[in-house]
Order: sequence, then structure tokens, then C-alpha cells
Amino acid sequence: MATFKVLIIDDEQGIRDGTKRILQNFKVDYPFMDEQIDFQILEAGTGTEGIEIIDKDQPDILLLDNKLPDIQGVEVLEYVKSKHYDIVVVMITSYASLELAVKATRDGAFDFIPKPFTPQEIRASIENITKHIFLKRMTQTLNSTGKQIRFQFLSVLSHELKAPLNAIDGYLKMIRERQLGNSIESYDEMIDRSMERIKGMRTLILDLLDMTKIESGKPTQKLQAIDVRKIAQLSIDTIRPYAIQKDVDIYLNNREPLFMKADAGEIEIIFNNLISNAVKYNKTGGRVDIFIEKLPDLVRMTVSDTGIGLTEVDKNRIFDDFVRIKSQQTRNITGSGLGLSIVRKIVDMYHGSIDVQSMPEQGSTFTITLSNPD
Amino acid sequence: MKKKILIVDDDMDYLFQMKMKVEQMGFETITAESQAEAEKIILEFKPDLCILDLMMESDDSGFVLSYKIKRRYPDVPIIIATAVTAETGMTFDIRAEESKRWINADLFLDKGIRNDQLHREIKKLLKL
Repeated sequence: MATFKVLIIDDEQGIRDGTKRILQNFKVDYPFMDEQIDFQILEAGTGTEGIEIIDKDQPDILLLDNKLPDIQGVEVLEYVKSKHYDIVVVMITSYASLELAVKATRDGAFDFIPKPFTPQEIRASIENITKHIFLKRMTQTLNSTGKQIRFQFLSVLSHELKAPLNAIDGYLKMIRERQLGNSIESYDEMIDRSMERIKGMRTLILDLLDMTKIESGKPTQKLQAIDVRKIAQLSIDTIRPYAIQKDVDIYLNNREPLFMKADAGEIEIIFNNLISNAVKYNKTGGRVDIFIEKLPDLVRMTVSDTGIGLTEVDKNRIFDDFVRIKSQQTRNITGSGLGLSIVRKIVDMYHGSIDVQSMPEQGSTFTITLSNPD
Repeated sequence: MKKKILIVDDDMDYLFQMKMKVEQMGFETITAESQAEAEKIILEFKPDLCILDLMMESDDSGFVLSYKIKRRYPDVPIIIATAVTAETGMTFDIRAEESKRWINADLFLDKGIRNDQLHREIKKLLKL
């Protein structure tokens, strides 16, 4: 149970006592809130006393009478504004002139309650304000965690971009200093490794472009009836040369076109990533099987391989940004660590699900289910 | 006798280059590409100095490895070479008392360090 602090500044003891009684056992709940919110009442009879409590206790809500014995209510309001306190202010006033209302609103008053008020009026106003504060704070938290994730992403990204540059830089320096003598052949391996790192960087940049496209959201998304089988075939054709190199066979186990409503580019990114992983992490002479099924309101795509498989621990990590499974078997395989995280993001956009079944040394099966309402 | 330096880094190119540099300085090297591999090596081999990468299997592999090496060989100096500080603005200053308590390394170096600086630091730690 969360508690909001409500400060009432009014010179009339009766008003203060009444408000206290009204709010004492009052609780606000909201469909999105896990918990109810109740209220702790603080009170002050003068503006100066009120300001002291504001500084000391930082209330969430301020019920403020304008006509106070010492300073005016609007002056208290100005003070709250000048201090940039995060307090929602409600003016309680018996003879609100238009001029005062305008001034108070300009200084950030959230609401007006005319005096005399009914318990119902106070409760309604407080309930309204509580929801307002709750949503505002929720948004702030979301924004700051979003920023945090963004920062982490960028720092890892800069690491991922810098590592290949450092490696290539190192090799070039060694070559320039003729560290292995004057014959160019001695440097073949350094040159090959540099090319390999450049290739890795290129993959990373392409993956980043895919990711930006997805993260920038829907505007580029073109939903139309597309033949999923055809797109899978397109992906296979792209990956085929690499599969031949690795001696891996790819089978598409569908003969008929299979239509769904989706963005062709996004479905292609899914297949490209899943099929190229299935080839990359396969064994020599292995195979990749692709199945596409249409179910009521759903399309299911399955990509299975006979590769090195995943451990239970790895299974839970592979959909995160920049995660690559490092082992003796994967040391020569390049990748950005973004492929599956991109796939997951697309699947989320379609309110779909992704599942992985895997046995180390036996292979992995990735199953993606996308909603496809008729 | 040549001093033996254990170098651990999961970037095979960085590892290769570091190995070459250190050998050119006149040391012997033994290399590992992961925290796990390094842990196996130290069971049977006591290096004179270690140069460890920070982020390998996990983000703090270098720290964990450093801790384990120090537990087994408290007198072996450890350098953690990292690219992390420059990029993330994270700083681990092992001179700070608080860091010293949990980071068991003797020195942190940026991966972009020049050869002569690296050589000087190694000699200092080996008391040469």
C-alpha cells in the first residue's frame, strides 16, 4: 500500500478537521495499479507554517486556501513553483475571482474546489489527482529505464565496433613494421584475419540497420497478403552459397504457397536470421529443415538444425542484445549478437511467440508463431 | 630464465597480437581464450604475471578470474586490460580503497596502451 502525503493549508480549524475526516479512510485504486493508495494528512494554519512543512515533508498533494492570515495562498503556490517541487496543488477558495483563477492556473494549480465543499467533491478531486500523479510517475520511471537500456546498448555497441577496429589496427601496425620480415606471404594470416573482422563489422552494421528499422516503429511497416513460402525460399537462396561452403543441406518442407498478412521485409529478416544461424552453428554434412503451417488465426514457422545445440543457460540469453554463445565450437563463427534479438523484436510486434527446443550436440529447433487474424 | 606471462582474452586477434608483443619484449607466453580455459591452466601452471581481459564469458570474467588466481597464487601480479573504461565512462580505480577490497588486480590498463608503456608496467610489476 502506497501512501500519498496531503497537506492542507487553511486557517479555519473546521475545514482542516473536516478534510482530515473525509480523507482518513479514503483509498484510491486504479486498474493499472498493483496497490491501493491511501493518504496521510498534514495540516497548517498559516502560509509560513505551510511552507515549512512543504520544505520538510515534501507532500504529494497540497490543498491550499487562498485567504490566509499571513501571506496569500497564491504566494505559497509561487513558492512551490519556484522550488520546482513535484507537488500537485488544489486551490480551495470561497470567493475565487477570475483574476485569481487565471493567476493560480498560470502558476500551476491543478484544480479548484469552491468553499463550502461536500465530502464527495474533495474525494473526487483527490482521486483524480492521485491517478494523475501515479501516471506521471509511471511515465518518468519508464522514461528513465528506457534511457538506461539505451545507454547500455550504446556502450556495448561501441565495444563491439571498437574491437574489430583495434584488431585490424593492430595487424596493420605489425605489417607496417615488417614484424615478420619482408616477405608478404608471412602476413597472409594477418590479412585474412583483418578481412574476417571487416566482414564481422559489415554484418553488425547491416543488423543495426534492421534493428533501427524495427525500432523506429510502424510507419515503414507495409502489411499485405504475402506468400510466406516464397519469402522463406528467398532467404534460402541468399544463404545457399554459405551453406554449400559449410556442406549443410537446407530443406523447405512446403510445396504450396501460404499466405498471411504481414510485412514482407520483416518476415524475411526472421527467416534470414533463423536460417543463417541454423547453417552457421551446424555440423559439416548437417541439415536444416523449414516448416510453415497455417493454423486458425496463426502462422507457425519452424527452423530446425542438426548443429551444436544450446545449453539450458544459453537458451535464456540468446534473445538479448549482443549475446553470443562463446565456446570452442563457436570461436571461428562471426556474428553481431543482434540477430535473434531482432527476431524477437519483430515477433513482439506481431504479438507472436518464439520458442526454442535444443539439445547440446543434437541441434536446435526455433518455432515462431505469429498472429494472423482472418 | 624467461618470465612466463599468462594472457587471457576471448578476442583471438587481440590475443595473438598481445602474445606477439609480449614475446618481443623477451617473455614467454601461455594463452587462453576464456575464463574457463584459464582456470584449467592455472591448476597446473604458475605464471609470473597475468594479463586478463575483463569481458569474456560474462561481463566480469576478468574480475572472477583475477580473484581465483590470487587465491591460488597471492604473489602473482595481475593486469586487467580492458576497453570498457573508455567506452562506458565506468572507472575502476584500484587505488581506491573500496575497489581494492573486491577487485583483486594490481593494475588496470586500457587496451589501446602503447608497447613501451606496457613493457614498463610489466617490468615494474615483475620488479625487473
